[in-house]
Amino acid sequence: MSSATPLIQLRNISKAFSGREILRGATLDINRNEITAIIGKSGGGKSVLVKHIIGLITADSGEIIFDGIPYSTMTRKDFSAIKSRCSYMFQNNALFDSMTVFENIALPLREKFQLSDKEIEEKVRARIEQLELGEVAGMYPKQISGGMQKRVALARALVTEPEIIFFDEPTTGLDPIRKKTVFSMIHRYHEALNFTAVIITHDIPDIFYIAHTVNILDEGRIIYSGSPVSLEQSSDPGLYSYTHGHEMLLDELTGLHNRLALMRKIEAFGAQDSDQLVLATVRLVGMRTIMDYKGELLAHAFISKLAKFVRSFLPQGACAGMFSKEILVLAAGSGDDSTLEMFLRQLAGYFQNLAIETYCHKQRLQVEIGGALITKGASAYSAIQEALATSKKYV
Amino acid sequence: MKNILAFPAMLGASSLGIIRNVGQWGVFSLTALLGMVHIRRLIPKILYNIYFIGFKSLNIIVLVAFFTGMVLGLQGYYTLIKFSAEGMLGVAVALSLVRELGPVLTAIMLIGRAGSSISAEIGIMRISEQIDALSTMDVDPVRYLVTPKVIAALICFPLLTAIFNCVGILGGYFSSVLLSSRSGIYFSKIQSSLLLSDVTGGFVKSYVFAFIVITISCYCGYYTHQNQSSAGAEGVSNSTTSAVVQSCVYVLISDYVITSFLM
Repeated sequence: MSSATPLIQLRNISKAFSGREILRGATLDINRNEITAIIGKSGGGKSVLVKHIIGLITADSGEIIFDGIPYSTMTRKDFSAIKSRCSYMFQNNALFDSMTVFENIALPLREKFQLSDKEIEEKVRARIEQLELGEVAGMYPKQISGGMQKRVALARALVTEPEIIFFDEPTTGLDPIRKKTVFSMIHRYHEALNFTAVIITHDIPDIFYIAHTVNILDEGRIIYSGSPVSLEQSSDPGLYSYTHGHEMLLDELTGLHNRLALMRKIEAFGAQDSDQLVLATVRLVGMRTIMDYKGELLAHAFISKLAKFVRSFLPQGACAGMFSKEILVLAAGSGDDSTLEMFLRQLAGYFQNLAIETYCHKQRLQVEIGGALITKGASAYSAIQEALATSKKYV
Repeated sequence: MKNILAFPAMLGASSLGIIRNVGQWGVFSLTALLGMVHIRRLIPKILYNIYFIGFKSLNIIVLVAFFTGMVLGLQGYYTLIKFSAEGMLGVAVALSLVRELGPVLTAIMLIGRAGSSISAEIGIMRISEQIDALSTMDVDPVRYLVTPKVIAALICFPLLTAIFNCVGILGGYFSSVLLSSRSGIYFSKIQSSLLLSDVTGGFVKSYVFAFIVITISCYCGYYTHQNQSSAGAEGVSNSTTSAVVQSCVYVLISDYVITSFLM
């Protein structure tokens, strides 16, 4: 078997519960010694999909192939051998509440390995120390916080040093510092032990930094499978919400369109009867510097203020959106050269009167305004570039 | 036409459901019994379950047995005196207890005290994915959770039944002492009338009841998630109720069947 062959292949997996379809022909490859991430909406069937691999759920249809051998042809013993190579960290931890933290971590070692008590103690203590659980080793799961329970579950998953580990939302309920610790620990262990990891998570973009392959499960199907870099570069609108989820919240808050929505809106204008569309660009000079040196929150405060002014300025039927972190685009409707010139002058005058810096922690923001007319059928991207080329310094 | 067919359809569905459940329970019980192959690793869990099922039930068994014996003594005395046969009170109490009431009441008390608790415990483990966690570790959950309980029950039920019988007979004796001055005849009649077959018959029952009670209790908890009508805490509650009701019903049915064979 070549190393390029996926270790686990899920082919057209379908599953319904009480008539409700959760998976509709999901196909997924898990490569050997790689970290594979599965992202998707809550309740979308990510855990259900992964539980098929470990045998907790049986598919209504489809096939799972492990190391080239289909599950359907395996004996119970073969499947048991696969399970002994795997470890699963449950979303809600699934710790044994009648056992202490130490006993929980030691359980897989006691039940599956012929180890002496001393060896078990050493291995468990090592994991306890790595995950900073020393103080709670003698406590019961109900006596410790949710975050600690998560770490206990993680310790239990790692203690047997398995070849394949399934992490079902390993960072849910953890504070940001612990989240980073968990991801960096998975990454570090992966580097050291070279195991195959499957991580179900909502932590975007953190997961993109450690995953080799990202899979997006949507409506019961895998709609994307590839590297995080390819995902980031993708212009597929269906993937935008997954890659720019955080920005979408900001768009929602400011009321400005995001880049994708803006381009679509501009192109929709172009598809209408009007021959030319008046387009203005506002380059927020220094916004990058503010973001880098002063922080994202201050930058957001600026854009929020700006969005408020822009919304009151725009004529009926016009739209505005952020092309990038420092380029605001306004599409003001149909017109000709004179309309464009008038619009830009009004805009410049408006910005001169704004004194926006007084609102935002006394940070000064320079504005450069440019404009262009889009002819019917022209690309929105090139029109924005054209407008930017005419940018003049106004404030 | 639709209404006419609805009843047979419902009947058919119910019958299939019962057959499926009985089959599933049979496989489940067999798996638990097969788990005894690796009994050495289960010893600590068996000991714990003996403590939980047996020792912790001792108080309630003694209490119930004593008062059952006293009530039997009272009722027996006032019945037998009508035939001037009060001397046979000891035999009546002992035979009632050893053949029937001892095994049955012990089983019913243990259903209430241990069976319900076991069912709830396993049900909670099921809904909190602890059983799934065992499965992912390649640990057979039935062998790990159910087999030690089955072994412990098979040890505890006959012992508790024996204690129940002894205490019950003692309770009957107290009734007899309170009501009649001829108490000495109580034990002598028991000694002369009670046969070994009566005692072994009672123990056979207690073994069968142990197996029925513990497997049904574990089964109801283990398959809590298959309960279509309820989930979560309500599902566990329904499983526990179901475990108690089914255990009682099957204990009484099996009691009749065994008695008819033993007689």
